[in-house]
Amino acid sequence: MWLRILSLIVKELLTAWRDPKGRFVLLGPPVIQMLIFAYAATQEVKNVSVAVLNRDTGTNARDLVARFEGSPNFREVRHLRAEPDIAAAVDSRSVLLVVHIREDFSRELAAGTPTAVQLILDGRSSNASQILAGYAEEIIDSYNAELAQTRSAPPPASTVVARAWFNPNLDALWSTVPGLIAILVALEGLMITGLSVARERELGTFEQLLVSPLSPGEIVVGKTVPAFVIGLGEGTLMVTVAVFFFRIPLIGSVALLYASMSAFLLAVIGIGLFISSLARTQQQAILGTFSFMVPMMLLSGFASPVENMPDWLQTVTLANPVRHFIVIVKGVFLKAMPAAEVLHSLWPLLVIGLVTLSAATWLFRRRTE
Amino acid sequence: MNPVPSTSGGRLRRVAGLIRKESLQILRDPSSFLIAGVLPLLLLFIFAFGVTLDLRRVPIGVVVEQSSPEADSFLASFRNSRYFEVRVARHRADVEEDLVSGRLKGVVVLAADFSDRLGRGGTAPIQVLLDGSDPNTAGLVQNYVQSLWANWVQQESISKTSLAYRPKAAPLVTAEPRVWFNPELNSQDGLLPGAVGIILSLIGTLLTSLVVAREWERGTMEALLATPVTPGELLVAKVVPYFALGMLAMALSAAVTVFVFGVPFRGSVLALTALSSAYLMVMLGLGLLISTVTKNQFAASEVALILAFLPAFELSGFIFEIDSMPAPIRLLTRVFPARYFVTSLQTIFLTGDVASVLVPNGLVLLAMAVGLFFALTRATRVRLE
Repeated sequence: MWLRILSLIVKELLTAWRDPKGRFVLLGPPVIQMLIFAYAATQEVKNVSVAVLNRDTGTNARDLVARFEGSPNFREVRHLRAEPDIAAAVDSRSVLLVVHIREDFSRELAAGTPTAVQLILDGRSSNASQILAGYAEEIIDSYNAELAQTRSAPPPASTVVARAWFNPNLDALWSTVPGLIAILVALEGLMITGLSVARERELGTFEQLLVSPLSPGEIVVGKTVPAFVIGLGEGTLMVTVAVFFFRIPLIGSVALLYASMSAFLLAVIGIGLFISSLARTQQQAILGTFSFMVPMMLLSGFASPVENMPDWLQTVTLANPVRHFIVIVKGVFLKAMPAAEVLHSLWPLLVIGLVTLSAATWLFRRRTE
Repeated sequence: MNPVPSTSGGRLRRVAGLIRKESLQILRDPSSFLIAGVLPLLLLFIFAFGVTLDLRRVPIGVVVEQSSPEADSFLASFRNSRYFEVRVARHRADVEEDLVSGRLKGVVVLAADFSDRLGRGGTAPIQVLLDGSDPNTAGLVQNYVQSLWANWVQQESISKTSLAYRPKAAPLVTAEPRVWFNPELNSQDGLLPGAVGIILSLIGTLLTSLVVAREWERGTMEALLATPVTPGELLVAKVVPYFALGMLAMALSAAVTVFVFGVPFRGSVLALTALSSAYLMVMLGLGLLISTVTKNQFAASEVALILAFLPAFELSGFIFEIDSMPAPIRLLTRVFPARYFVTSLQTIFLTGDVASVLVPNGLVLLAMAVGLFFALTRATRVRLE
C-alpha cells in the first residue's frame, strides 16, 4: 500500500515539475509577488505632496511653514495663493493636505490669544488623511513647545512618550512581509490542489485513478503530500527572502514556525481538495478556488485588522486558516511568541485541516460508488 | 490564409450569429452567473464589513500605579472614548504579556510618581507602549492617545483644583482638521468605490480568460477559426456579450454601494458609465490576450490573478497610498490600468465630475484598450497561421 501511495506521490511531483508552464507558475509568481507587494502593500504615509496657504505676513506664520517644509514625511510643500486654490488642489488630488494659516495668525499669537490652523484633508483616502492629520498635529505641538519657551511659560504639565514594541521604528515592511508569507503560501497551496483533481477529471485520468487499486483515502494522501512538499518548499523560499533580503528579524523559534506552517498547509490543502472534489470541470474548480481565496485573503487581518470587523464577522474569520497563521508568523518573527501562545492559534488550523481532508476523502469515496 | 470574401451584409449576419451563440453560452453556463452576480455581491459585502481601517473599541491597557484625582480623570477620558476598550491594571507586568499575545494593542502607563511630579510643577510623562507588529494600527492608536491626552491637558491646565493647573502653559496654536468629501472619516466611503473597480477587474479578466482558454484547450477555437469568420469578427463576438455582462455587474455593484451601503454619489452616471466602459474594455482585452497566449485554463487563471486582480487590489491606491511606495513600484502602478480607474471612481462617488481627474485617466484607459486590442488581433492572427 505504501509503495502505491509513494508511486502516486512521485507521479504527482513529476507532473508538476515537467510542465514548464506549471513550473513557472510554481516558482516565479510567489517570489515576484513578494518583492512587489512587500513594497506596495504599505499603509505608511510618506513622500506625499501637501500644500500651504499662508495668508499671514508675520514671522510666526513663516516659522510654522518652515517646520512643515522641514518635515521628512512630505515630498513637496506647495504654496497656494488664494482660498479658491484650495478646492482646485484638493479636488484634483494633487495634494492630500492643505494647511491654511489665516491672516491674523501672527497678530493673535503676539497678543497671547489662542488661535487655530486649519487642516483640509482629502476624505477619499480616509486612512492617509488621519495619519497626515497626526503628522500636522505633531508639527504644531512642537511649534507650541517652542512658543512656550520664548514666552518663558511654565513647563507643560505632561508629555507623551510613545515606544513601539517588536518594531521600534514602526517599519511597515516588518508587518507586511510576514503577512505576505501567509497569504502567498495559501494562494499557491490552494491553486495547486484546487486544480489538480479537476484537471484530471476533465482529462479523464481521474477515472483511471479511481478504478486503480488505490482507495479514496490513498488518493487523498497521494494528492496531499506533493502539494505539502511544494508548499513547504515555497514557504522556506519566502522565509529565506524575508530574513536575508528584507532583513526582517526572526527572533522566535524556527521549529514552531515550521510546525505551524505544516498545520497551515494541511488546512489549505484540505480546502483545495474539498473544492476540487465538488467541482465537475476545471472552470468550476477555478471559480470555487477564487470564491474561497479572495475572502480568505481579505478577512485575514493582512490589509485591515480583524479587530475592526463587526463581532459576528470576527466569529466567521475563525474558520479562516490565513487569519490564524498570520498571527503565528508575525508572532514568531517579531515577538518570539511562546509555544503556549502559538498553540492557541495552531489548534484551529489542525481542526480545519482534519475537517476538510476528511470531507474530501468522503466525497471521493462517494464518487467511486 | 485569407478569409472568404463576403458582402458586408453577410459579415453582419455572421457576427450577429456569433454574438447570439456566445450570449446563449453565457446564459446556459451557471458559472457566468456566479461570476457576474454572486461574486460581486459577496465581494462588496466583504469589503463593506470586513475591510475597514476605522478603529473600533481597540483593546488597550491603562496601568495606574498610584491612584490620584489626576490619574482618575485621565483614566475617565479613556473610558469615555468610543475608540478604546480599556483594561485597567495596577502593574505593568499584568498587561505586558497581552501585548505579546496581541490581546492588547497598546498600554498606557501612569507611573507611581505621576501626581507628585505634577504637584511639584514639573512635567509628568505618560508612557505609551504600542504593538509595533501592526504599524498602521499602532500609529493610529498613538494619534488617538495623543489627542485624548491633549484634551485632558487642556482641561486640567485651566481647572483650578487640579495639580496640573497651568493656565499660561496652555498651547496657543490648535489644529482644526476639516475632512472634505468624507467628514465622518468613514473608511467605507473611501474604500467601497475602489472595491467596485476591483470587482470589475475580476469579472472582466477572469471570466473571459477562463472561457476562451477553455475553447483553446478543447480545440473549439481552432474549429471556429477554420470557418470563414475572421479573427476580428470573432473578437467582436466574444467582446460584446461579456461587455454587456460586465456592465450589468458594474451597475449592480454601484447600486448596492450607493443604496445599501449609503456611499454618496456626487458625480454623474454618464461619467461613471464612460469610465467603466473604458476600463472594462481594457480588462476584456487583457483577459482575451491572456487566454490566447496561455491557451490553458490553469495558467490563464493564475496570470489573470497576477495581472488583473492583485494589482487592482495592491497597486491601485485602493487601500495602499501610491505616493508612499518606492519609486520603482510607483512607476509600476502606472503600467497597470487599475490606478486610473480606482482614482476616477473615488472621485466620481465622493467628489463629483472633476475634469482634471477624469479626463486624463479616461484617456489613458482608452489608449490602453486600443493597444491591447491591437495586440490581440495580431496574436489571434498569428495563432491562425
